[in-house]
Amino acid sequence: MQVPAPFEYERATSVDGAIGLLERLGDTAKLVAGGHSLLPMMKLRLANFEYLIDINDLHGELGYITFTADEVRIGAMTRHREIAESAELATVFPIFADAEQVIADPVVRNRGTIGGSLCQADPAEDLSAVCTTLGASCVIRGSGGERVVPMAEFHRGPYETAVGPTEMLTEVRFPIRPHAGSAYEKVERRAGDWAVAAAGAAVWLDSEPRGSRGGTDSEYDGQDVVLADARVGLAAVGPNTVEIPSISAALRGQTPSEELYARAGELAAQSCNPVTDPRGSADYKRHLADELTRRALRRAVQRATDQVRS
Amino acid sequence: MTTVAEPQTARETAFVDNDRHPVGHGRMLRKEDPRFVRGRGHYLDDVQLPGMLHLAILRSPLAHAKITAIDITAAQAHPRVKLVVTGAMLAEKNLAWMPTLSNDVQAVLATDKVRFQGQEVAFVVAEDRYAARDALELIDVTYEELRPVIDARHALDPDAPVIRDDLKDKKDNHIFDWETGDKDATEKVFAAADVVVTQDMVYPRVHPAPMETCGAVADYDPIDGKLTLWSTTQAPHAHRTLYAIVAGLPEHKIRVISPDIGGGFGNKVPIYPGYVCAIVGSLLTGKPVKWMEDRSENLTSTSFARDYVMHGEIAATKDGKILAIRTHVLADHGAFNGQAAPVKYPAGFFGVFCGSYDLEAAYAHQTAVYTNKAPGGVAYACSFRITEAVYLVERMVDCLAFELGMDPVELRRKNLLRPEQFPYTTKTGWVFDSGNYQATLDEALRIAGYDELRREQAAKRERGELMGIGVSTFTEAVGAGPRKDMDILGLGMNDGCELRIHPTGKATVRLSVQTQGQGHETTFAQIVGEELGIPPADIEVVHGDTDQTPFGLGTYGSRSTPVSGAAAALVARKIRDKARIIASGMLEVSVADLEWDKGSFQVAGDPGKAVTIQQIAMRAHGAGDLPQGLEGGLDAEVCYNPSNLTYPNGAYICVVDVDPGTGKVTVRRFIAVDDCGTRINPMIIEGQVHGGLADGIGMALMEMISFDEDGNCLSGSLMDYLLPTALEVPAFETGFTVTPSPHHPIGAKGVGESATVGSPPAVVNAVIDALRPFGVRHVDMPLTPSRVWEAMQGTVQPPI
Ligand SMILES: Cc1cc2nc3c(=O)[nH]c(=O)nc-3n(C[C@H](O)[C@H](O)[C@H](O)COP(=O)(O)OP(=O)(O)OC[C@H]3O[C@@H](n4cnc5c(N)ncnc54)[C@H](O)[C@@H]3O)c2cc1C
Repeated sequence: MQVPAPFEYERATSVDGAIGLLERLGDTAKLVAGGHSLLPMMKLRLANFEYLIDINDLHGELGYITFTADEVRIGAMTRHREIAESAELATVFPIFADAEQVIADPVVRNRGTIGGSLCQADPAEDLSAVCTTLGASCVIRGSGGERVVPMAEFHRGPYETAVGPTEMLTEVRFPIRPHAGSAYEKVERRAGDWAVAAAGAAVWLDSEPRGSRGGTDSEYDGQDVVLADARVGLAAVGPNTVEIPSISAALRGQTPSEELYARAGELAAQSCNPVTDPRGSADYKRHLADELTRRALRRAVQRATDQVRS
Repeated sequence: MTTVAEPQTARETAFVDNDRHPVGHGRMLRKEDPRFVRGRGHYLDDVQLPGMLHLAILRSPLAHAKITAIDITAAQAHPRVKLVVTGAMLAEKNLAWMPTLSNDVQAVLATDKVRFQGQEVAFVVAEDRYAARDALELIDVTYEELRPVIDARHALDPDAPVIRDDLKDKKDNHIFDWETGDKDATEKVFAAADVVVTQDMVYPRVHPAPMETCGAVADYDPIDGKLTLWSTTQAPHAHRTLYAIVAGLPEHKIRVISPDIGGGFGNKVPIYPGYVCAIVGSLLTGKPVKWMEDRSENLTSTSFARDYVMHGEIAATKDGKILAIRTHVLADHGAFNGQAAPVKYPAGFFGVFCGSYDLEAAYAHQTAVYTNKAPGGVAYACSFRITEAVYLVERMVDCLAFELGMDPVELRRKNLLRPEQFPYTTKTGWVFDSGNYQATLDEALRIAGYDELRREQAAKRERGELMGIGVSTFTEAVGAGPRKDMDILGLGMNDGCELRIHPTGKATVRLSVQTQGQGHETTFAQIVGEELGIPPADIEVVHGDTDQTPFGLGTYGSRSTPVSGAAAALVARKIRDKARIIASGMLEVSVADLEWDKGSFQVAGDPGKAVTIQQIAMRAHGAGDLPQGLEGGLDAEVCYNPSNLTYPNGAYICVVDVDPGTGKVTVRRFIAVDDCGTRINPMIIEGQVHGGLADGIGMALMEMISFDEDGNCLSGSLMDYLLPTALEVPAFETGFTVTPSPHHPIGAKGVGESATVGSPPAVVNAVIDALRPFGVRHVDMPLTPSRVWEAMQGTVQPPI
């Protein structure tokens, strides 16, 4: 049994209460959500804190997935399992279900939260890659109020975020745009392992298929589809999960094709920055950035097309 | 004689239902499982004694460094700490070093230098586990860093730092050179052969990683001078004797208890410094002391396995008759030579590298070296290095098939030993007792539908899909072993068994071997039940306590059934012989007129006149005279010395799919046909095979203990050292042939390690077969997606 160093334990009963505790205890304190990233580090004595502030009682306040016409909001304490099991979320953003299926194991998914995932800022975090792909924004609250930070600015480096020492992440927001499709592709050495590399893709089709302006019944029959926008997010191939704006630029306004996916894959491989470690060589990860980008895009487009057709 | 059984025979399935009280061999649920599945097992960490203290070990953060100072004052001042001990303090008691199983010495606590990351440096005994762990942070050790030797291939470089400067006059990192076979004869065959194929391969360092880590509770009673030691040991008797010899404690005052063990796989064969520390802790405090290793300690400091750098050569005629095999091996033994093997076998049983084939010549040479890595070797279900030997030969045969353009099954069939060649003496001197290798292979091919698989593969290749079929036809050598050749540190490798039939006909059988999940409580009851006609439910199996069981060397190397199983059968037969005499008195006939009918003696020609073993047991203990010269009671004891090893064999076929874009391997099917001779409980055999196959798939695809160049272990948790899950293994397809061992009393050969030994080459052969379109002939394990993809690119490097 691995045992952590001694620490004091506080239980927050409201978001404001948690922030109050953080202000009182300063940087000797750390929030604990699902604990599945924090506690292993403490047990290995890689991290020690004088105080742990348990925010699991905030699940009532911060455990939700809500939908409006143009936005999905997920509370920071929403567990992996709740995300995995939300049928509505799977319809709007199937990338979540793809990713959740390959995150850890049921024990971890029962406890781990989206807030913890993002705040851990591990370069291989799958939900971070999903949020990056979907262009999410993060709601951070402190005693002074709330601010909203886009994903691109949320991660500041490995294990570093925009959340200040007396703040907490409360919510993650995802813009909904029409005719969307998304997918997640991950290679791991073994079920439940962290990604060797992973790629998420989200696409939005033009409201009107190019070949059918004027309206025929063969709308969206593949060749006619045009990408209004596309985003790719990569995990485990750089200091943080990253979006590749050059891919979005290259794909926007184009008709999807294998050549286009290949171009996107190439851009992914060029823009990432992997390192060799026991999970795989840098060359291999670069190759995966390419291969998985293509696969994710292919699937995302397929889903978008299927959805529009039905 | 071989029986090719239809899978799931009527006889076997009939015994699945325990309510029918099967008597003897057959399919039967395990007697021990109710306590395990209900969470009522009693493992080491469940041992709680009044006043018990807790021990934690400070380990070296460096792979190679001089210790210049240790300051323990702050730790001693911790309010809950009772004792802090360093190597220097142990040295005063002459306990700083202990012998290893290979006649080397190992530091209990480092005195002069640390020699691997994770080495034991000091220990703390405190009131609870948390305080003990916290106090470790208060010990201040000053190290002077030394250059480490991490890559065994450079251990003998002239400028390599000398790791074992504790050994007198030691000037290099060489441990031993060993050879077997006929060098000159082999050279002649190679020189004249049509085809010679050579291949370098690495069998990476792996770890047994039992779910229960190692631990001990030492309880020394200062009044009667008796030491009781609960410990996670696969060999309680051998450990007791070694403690007596090393620590100078009187042997009769030591009791070693091995409670339920959560997996051993060889990891629990050696004596670890932690056990000795717990004993010292209890001696010095007069209190029971518990030490329970954590996961990282287990992975980084206890016995690893493999770590062989092998160069293989195979010679053949151009039409595929294998003539000779030659190999040179560089063995990395870590910082102390802790290999567990019979002393005359420094390379274990690697000498069986001739495999299942009829060769003209064979030769192996091995060099073993020290490195700044954790000590040990040989642990992990390997039958004393047969895993490495089988991997070498089964890979070399596939390399030959590759070069000859021959189907690997056809090549094997051409070279497998034929039934009439048994007993067969290999070119390295091992006497294979029996087998029908062709029949075993045929059965595997039948289950697999081999020809159909090859057709499917051809069609897939046309479409650019990567599918591979890998075969391994291996021979194991288990049941160590004959006293004339085999001992461990001077202790003969024979095992005792005691059987007591109680007045009401129930029985207690006491074993020298210790189960770690193999199902001894069931198998041994069935062995005795088969011989005496007593239902296994009426037979209590006692093991794992030196005060209650006869001497023997324990469970590893698949030796329990070949050695202790023989003892159990023989002791039951001894009882039966005595029972016959008692029965002759009861039935008033001569012993010659009695017939045994599994559970009763009856008068020949008059089955109505009979007495059961239960009636005989009552008579043996009851009133009235016994036939002349006979003592009362119905007890017996034997100590079995095997005349030879037993040689189980198997034919394994693995089918994989490889994702051409990612290199990811999926094991789609695994067909395992084993011949372990007489099958006592087929369900337990299947369980052993399933576990071993998962082990083998894990090693082939993902397991490896790796180090960086400074000697930091990169595999110190189960997030880094990957074990396969149910999702990485297919639904196994098992089958069997039965060729009983001619020299074992019931013909059983042992099966505990067959699957671990036989499966890695089948998986690797399958992956390499899938990579055929890329012209790949060999890739070293672990076959991670990255390494497989690199193999497709032609850039893959050895894993070390
Ligand atoms: C065996 C195992 C396998 C895993 N495999 C994967 C995998 O394959 N892919 C993957 O993506 N993840 C994996 N994980 C990680 C898992 O998803 C974690 O649960 C998740 O990363 C962290 O969520 P948590 O709620 O447990 O966070 P915690 O461990 O509780 O916290 C993590 C960090 O976030 C901070 N934090 C938590 N919530 C907030 C908040 N609301 N505001 C500010 N800071 C906060 C904490 O202070 C801490 O620093 C694995 C974990 C384990 C144990």
